[in-house]
Amino acid sequence: MSGIFVHGLGAVSPAGWGVAALREALKKNEPLPVQILARPGWQKNLSVRSVPQPPARPAFLAHPRLRRAGTMSQHTVAAALEALGEDAAQVQSGARRLGVIVCMMAGGVAYSRRFYEEVLRDPATASPLIFPETVFNAPASHLGAYLNSPMVNYTLVGDDGTFLLGVVLAADWLDNGQVDGCIVVGTEEVDWIVADALRLFRRATIYGGGAGALYFKKNPAAAVGLSAITDSFPFTQTQNRAAAARKMRSQLGDGARDELLCDSETEDSAGHGWSGARLSPKTIFGEAFVASAAWQCVAACDAIRQENFPAARVSIVGANQQAVGARFERNQIL
Amino acid sequence: MLFPLSRNVGSDNRVVVTGAGVVTALGAGWNINAAGFRAGKTAMRPVTLFDVSRQRTKIAAEIDLPEHLPPTQLAAKKVQRLNRASKMLLLAAHEAWTRSGWQLEENLPVVLGTTSGEMSLGQEYLRQAIGAPGVFKKQATRVVHYQAQRQALDLCDAFDFCGPMTIISNACASGANAIGHAFEQIKNGRAEKVLAGGYDALCHLTFAGFDSLQALAPTPCRPFDVERNGLTLGEGAAVLTLENFTSAQKRGAEILGEISGYGAATDTHHLTQPHPDGNAALASMNAACAVAKISPEQIDYLNAHGTATPQNDATESAAINRWAGAHAKNLPVSSTKASIGHLLGAAGAVEAVVCLMALRGQWLPPEISLDKIDPVCRFPVVREPTDAKIETALSNSFGFGGANATLIFRRWA
Repeated sequence: MSGIFVHGLGAVSPAGWGVAALREALKKNEPLPVQILARPGWQKNLSVRSVPQPPARPAFLAHPRLRRAGTMSQHTVAAALEALGEDAAQVQSGARRLGVIVCMMAGGVAYSRRFYEEVLRDPATASPLIFPETVFNAPASHLGAYLNSPMVNYTLVGDDGTFLLGVVLAADWLDNGQVDGCIVVGTEEVDWIVADALRLFRRATIYGGGAGALYFKKNPAAAVGLSAITDSFPFTQTQNRAAAARKMRSQLGDGARDELLCDSETEDSAGHGWSGARLSPKTIFGEAFVASAAWQCVAACDAIRQENFPAARVSIVGANQQAVGARFERNQIL
Repeated sequence: MLFPLSRNVGSDNRVVVTGAGVVTALGAGWNINAAGFRAGKTAMRPVTLFDVSRQRTKIAAEIDLPEHLPPTQLAAKKVQRLNRASKMLLLAAHEAWTRSGWQLEENLPVVLGTTSGEMSLGQEYLRQAIGAPGVFKKQATRVVHYQAQRQALDLCDAFDFCGPMTIISNACASGANAIGHAFEQIKNGRAEKVLAGGYDALCHLTFAGFDSLQALAPTPCRPFDVERNGLTLGEGAAVLTLENFTSAQKRGAEILGEISGYGAATDTHHLTQPHPDGNAALASMNAACAVAKISPEQIDYLNAHGTATPQNDATESAAINRWAGAHAKNLPVSSTKASIGHLLGAAGAVEAVVCLMALRGQWLPPEISLDKIDPVCRFPVVREPTDAKIETALSNSFGFGGANATLIFRRWA
């Protein structure tokens, strides 16, 4: 065990708000129903898997910074608060130093699209209220503001594998003693513009949205520890996607037969011969890029927490940048 | 493996810069930029890249890109597909790489800062998706190439390396955060070398966004002027090769300067406006000084974020006044945004290169356009080309979302 432990999990997904909803949907192992999204100016609609409305309006939406924030920020904050649990209050009071890392690929596309549509109509009247919400780090900023956290706060951009680079960064900050805890969130939001773009590459894939979060501390009083993250193998002109995935899987190793694999297989992709237990969140929730990667990690850690498996591996072959994997295991010290 | 974390090259390493490349509206390359910054030239002009007839502001610091890029390992077909931001990044990276004398590195980490990648392609995608919904020609290419990871991958392909690519998007502090993160990687022994930098190209969405906020000045920006009326947008890129001192020394590399401190803090006050007290800026400068193990009295020049918006400059001045105390009256400060505008995700990286230039050349970059200094500034603002003996320089970068970052540089004698 390396000394970095998972102290909390959070998820907002097409299955609902909370890790329990994610767990139940994975247990049923059936693709969630799709919703129809109109694509303006085109007769065909798009199919997506959106996050359902929460059972009750979350209390955090009363915060002045979150009243106008987009769904991406709301999902980011909800997942983070679930993962932080009671520590959130300690962060807000200044008793705990929290690092914030929010990872994404498409970013706040809904507001970006709306703002640019206004610019195309007439740039002189484009809304100054919308523009700031288009910036990649708006969700991380809102989360930091809600938690009243003045510590380091980074937004990382890239494909699915970026979530694990965020976890490495969290481990680095914890190891350096810069922070007492670190929240890593993977987040994406549903909008017709992204679903439309994804259709150009993978016609059968359903786009989904939401967020997933892991909360790390060095304190070993946790059920799950991070044991390994492979190198990041980028898709370059000398190393294609398949080669990068092979190298990552080779470094990640086959693992014991009683371990769980949480992979990034989609409904339209082929398997890779793992003989043990396996979860493929994208086949249930759809393609949500970095949020999908976060759900893979949440599912892996949750399965260990539930004592279903002693360890779990996460295999991420991203959309267009890198292959990277991780291994979490039960904390034997506890 | 990225984890467990490696610490195979010591735990408190000195970090030096062995290569730097820069592209701004002043030109492409160290020499032309050094001459321009030293003289305080301004590079703002009417915008030609997109229609600004309905905008309040009609100027920016646009770059004239060279017709051909320098030869790299990037396939000719890929070179043809490169757009504005990618070209700037490659130009800066090529200069840095060549100057560093680095050879092929199998697992070289790359850390980049950007706010919008190749957003002009994202705009084209949306324009076509709305205007011609049934036409998909070129749309797939636009989707792939607008994303920031594509520019990072092109960089890897150009120099034939592959390692972890971290892309930080902390608004206008992104470039400084990228260099700061790379600095921490080497200082803490996680890596021996890191390629780091920032880039951003002008695009209509961002221009219209700042204009909608009424943050753009109709005339070239005047940081710290009492009658300043907003910022001027620019574009550009800067890339630095950061290296463990022992490694640089062993291979006899020319050292351009040392990075000795980095600090970051978050302002939770507002999404776009800093807290008037400048607490986060103060925390960021203090944190960088703590890492560098120096006091404000030991800083000889401060390259301010200095956007020339009323709020930023007032807040930053307040923070500098508090941080420097009695030393403020002897601390020369300037914002090189007066020369090249605000480069957003590239700003921190380009201003890092400016600090290295000033330390090597022993001069201070002036703000020629400054008319009347805001009395809130208790520090002298550099107004004319000045030779000076400087050993240490500090650079501030602040961004939307409350991102604050500070870097400290030392002259390499």
